[in-house]
Amino acid sequence: MNYYDIIFYLFAIITVGSAVFVVTTRNVIYSAFFLLFTFFGVTGIYVLLGADFLAVVQIMVYIGGILILLIFGVMLTNTITNVEIRTGTLHLLPAAIGVGVFMGAVVSVMIWTDWKSQPVANPVTTTKSLGYLLINEYVLIFELLGILLLIALIGAASIARREKE
Amino acid sequence: MLQVGLTHFLVVSAILFSLGIYGIVTRKNAVMVLMGIELVLNSANINFVAFAKYGNYGLGGQIIALFVIILAAAEAAIALAIVLNIYKTFANVNVDEIDKLKE
Amino acid sequence: MNESLIVNLSIIILFLPLLGFVTLIFLGKWIKKLHLFEVFILGLALILSIVVMYAKLSFYNVKDIVAAFTWISMGNAPAIGSINIELGIKIDNITAIMLVVVNLISFLVHMFSIEYMRGDKRYTRYFAYLGVFTFSMLGIVLTHNFLMMYIYWELVGLSSYLLIGFWFEKKSASDAAKKAFIVNRIGDIGMFIGILILFTQYKTFTFDVIFQQIGLGNLPFNSTAWLTAAGILIFMGAVGKSAQFPLHVWLPDAMEGPTPVSALIHAATMVAAGVYLCVRIFVMLTADAMLVIAVVGAFTSLIAATIALTQNDIKKVLAYSTVSQLGYMVMSVGVGAYTFAFFHLVTHAFFKACLFLGSGSVIHAMHHEQDIRNMGGLRKKLPITYYTFLISTVAISGVPFTSGFLSKDGILAGTLAFGKLTSHWLIPAMGFLVAAMTAFYMFRLVILTFHGEPRDHHKYEHAHESPFVMVAPLVVLATLSIFIWYTPNPFAPADGWFLKNWVKTPAQVTPVQTRFEFMKPSTEEAKAEVHGEITHSVEYTETMHWAHYPAMILSLIVAGLGILIAFMFYQWKKISADKLAEKLKTLYKLSLNKWYLDEIYDATAVSGTLGFGSILAWFDNKIVDGIVNGSAHVTQLVSKFSNLFDTYVVDGFVNFTAFFSGFVGLSFRRLQTGKVQTYIIFVVFSIIILLLIFKPF
Repeated sequence: MNYYDIIFYLFAIITVGSAVFVVTTRNVIYSAFFLLFTFFGVTGIYVLLGADFLAVVQIMVYIGGILILLIFGVMLTNTITNVEIRTGTLHLLPAAIGVGVFMGAVVSVMIWTDWKSQPVANPVTTTKSLGYLLINEYVLIFELLGILLLIALIGAASIARREKE
Repeated sequence: MLQVGLTHFLVVSAILFSLGIYGIVTRKNAVMVLMGIELVLNSANINFVAFAKYGNYGLGGQIIALFVIILAAAEAAIALAIVLNIYKTFANVNVDEIDKLKE
Repeated sequence: MNESLIVNLSIIILFLPLLGFVTLIFLGKWIKKLHLFEVFILGLALILSIVVMYAKLSFYNVKDIVAAFTWISMGNAPAIGSINIELGIKIDNITAIMLVVVNLISFLVHMFSIEYMRGDKRYTRYFAYLGVFTFSMLGIVLTHNFLMMYIYWELVGLSSYLLIGFWFEKKSASDAAKKAFIVNRIGDIGMFIGILILFTQYKTFTFDVIFQQIGLGNLPFNSTAWLTAAGILIFMGAVGKSAQFPLHVWLPDAMEGPTPVSALIHAATMVAAGVYLCVRIFVMLTADAMLVIAVVGAFTSLIAATIALTQNDIKKVLAYSTVSQLGYMVMSVGVGAYTFAFFHLVTHAFFKACLFLGSGSVIHAMHHEQDIRNMGGLRKKLPITYYTFLISTVAISGVPFTSGFLSKDGILAGTLAFGKLTSHWLIPAMGFLVAAMTAFYMFRLVILTFHGEPRDHHKYEHAHESPFVMVAPLVVLATLSIFIWYTPNPFAPADGWFLKNWVKTPAQVTPVQTRFEFMKPSTEEAKAEVHGEITHSVEYTETMHWAHYPAMILSLIVAGLGILIAFMFYQWKKISADKLAEKLKTLYKLSLNKWYLDEIYDATAVSGTLGFGSILAWFDNKIVDGIVNGSAHVTQLVSKFSNLFDTYVVDGFVNFTAFFSGFVGLSFRRLQTGKVQTYIIFVVFSIIILLLIFKPF
């Protein structure tokens, strides 16, 4: 049990615990804020896994972009004045049973599988290598994703702006 | 057991995935469903990065995770736009009540 | 002049009238005076055919010119052998002569028609029909096989139908056309069957091959009876076309057509075809077939002559005289006097064409008056017509120095020899009787038409001689009725160039035992016969020599007698024809009404057909319809059962299936909520189940 392990458990608890709140609380705003903690926990796990650039991207994109977007969505779809930000639920019991059994099964698979394990000895900074890879080996996918993102933004703006007939 | 290895990350990822599924299945609000989806995507990302590190596969896993994040951003933008449109049309965003095409 | 040139010229001759027909039919409406083109074409064909005849008779007198190509090759059928159908032409001496005869008469008829038909509303079409008629006849003359002959045969039938019914607005004309066509068809059926008998055996239609095979002893179905049958059946075609008893009834009715057409039909194109066919198949006729042909011919000539005695229509008299003369020719073929049959065909063509055109001239002058009782005294008004008519009448009556005398005398000598050799004395007896009657009725016609006092003064006053294009053919034809064209000695036809050099009896190919005694070669001649040179026995030649003078004297006597009686009756009025008619009332009526043959046909064939038709109609109505209705009832019954089965069994099953599907659907519909989340739950449960099954942990 060294610091690494302690930090891992810390982040794991943050992640899983806030995730549980995300999916159980009825208040949408609460869910959004707990989601922030989940993302934060995941960021910590990334760092533990030696993915420093990915961790930064996670914070910038997820927390700074997607989460804000989701909160905007909540605000725009629930009129601020008469706030109805409590969400309804449906088939809780079968979902709980099913997902519980599923989780048990998947977790047991993860545990009892004999994974190949040859960890990289000393993780180094990855930003430079990632940048190199992105414009060499994965340049086509990178460009395509750029175009996709552009199209998605234009499409999103166009769909959201459409006036009600 | 307490020595953190690949399995620990995978277990966290599996739990996160199951919670994401639970959120998708049980929430009525479309935005909440989207949040569930984000959880699922994050768990998948953890798997990618973990396997990449412990399998000694280089940075390929991180690259894929990066792409997933980009796709998630795009997906979130489109999905929210659609949700806004649905809200304009039906005045609510409860996915179980929007069933006009069912007839 | 080589052979291929002759062949090419013949083909050109054949197709020239067709060219005229096509041109006139398509362009006649737009181009004026186009009929002159048709006349010109016929003139050209005439000149070419004279060239061909001259070349053939001078340079290829013995050899036949044959040109043919395979039209349809049916391959080598198993168990049958190869079948090839050829198209081709065969030019022998009689073909060459017939070419000239047909083209000459056709040309003269065309020329005559220019004036006669002037003003008709279908003027150019008339010439077009004449063209196709001539074409068909030339086809019959030129062909070298039975199939083409049959095709042209039917074409002749068709064009005669068109021309007889040319004035189809008249009901009698259209009826006559139909009658001619149908009666001809009866004969053609027989001809067709006969041709098919030969084809079945020999797998070919070509004359020469068939005759050669028969000569080698290869008989249809190995039986002489079948050979006889084939001969008689093909002769049936001639019976129809050449108007022999009992199918002669169409010819007098064919007078409804324009008179020049009658001339063409009677002289050159149609009725000659039948005799020409007999001449063509002469070599394959057995004794039995020849006897049938002789009897039919003799009987026909007798019957027609008796009818002609009392007819009052100028064209009807001529029509029956044609039937009678055709009977002569057929009889001549039957008794083996082949050369004289063909000789008579040629001479008769000229004088009969002259007679018909002369009658056309008379009718034209009398403004379409045809009854001889209303004529008389026309000799002064129509001198050229009268003299040409008279020459032709003399010729047909068999007076010396005419062509008719030569050929008729030959035929009578042939029958006489036949009678002596086979003891069938009835045939020569009929022949001489007919000769007397022919002389009588022909002079009756002349006297009543041209001599004496005019009986219809009004029409007489307006009568006038026909214009040049009408009398010129008459003069030409009358000239051709003089003996000099055929023989230098007017009393010995066999010595003339026509018979001595040009037309010879071909060698019989039938098995020797099926021939008449006199057709069998004598022993020392048998060798010669192998080369196809000699056909008659010495005995026959001697008998012919013996019969020559008695026949001549007898025919002179009977002809003179006939002419004398005619003058007694009608010119000098020594005997009253009416009183005689009163005395022999039954016979007179019989003759006047054409032996009631039309009535008999009406009563038997026509009403029989109608009766048979009504029986068939009854059968159709009661039995066939009954069967049909019965089967309809049965069908209805079956369909009722099947309906019940359908309703309860099939529909029950179907309904059950539908109900079951509906039930299953209803049950599963619960699962289809349309909510993605529900589906995800199902997915989750499914994954769990899969995990439990495969147990990866």
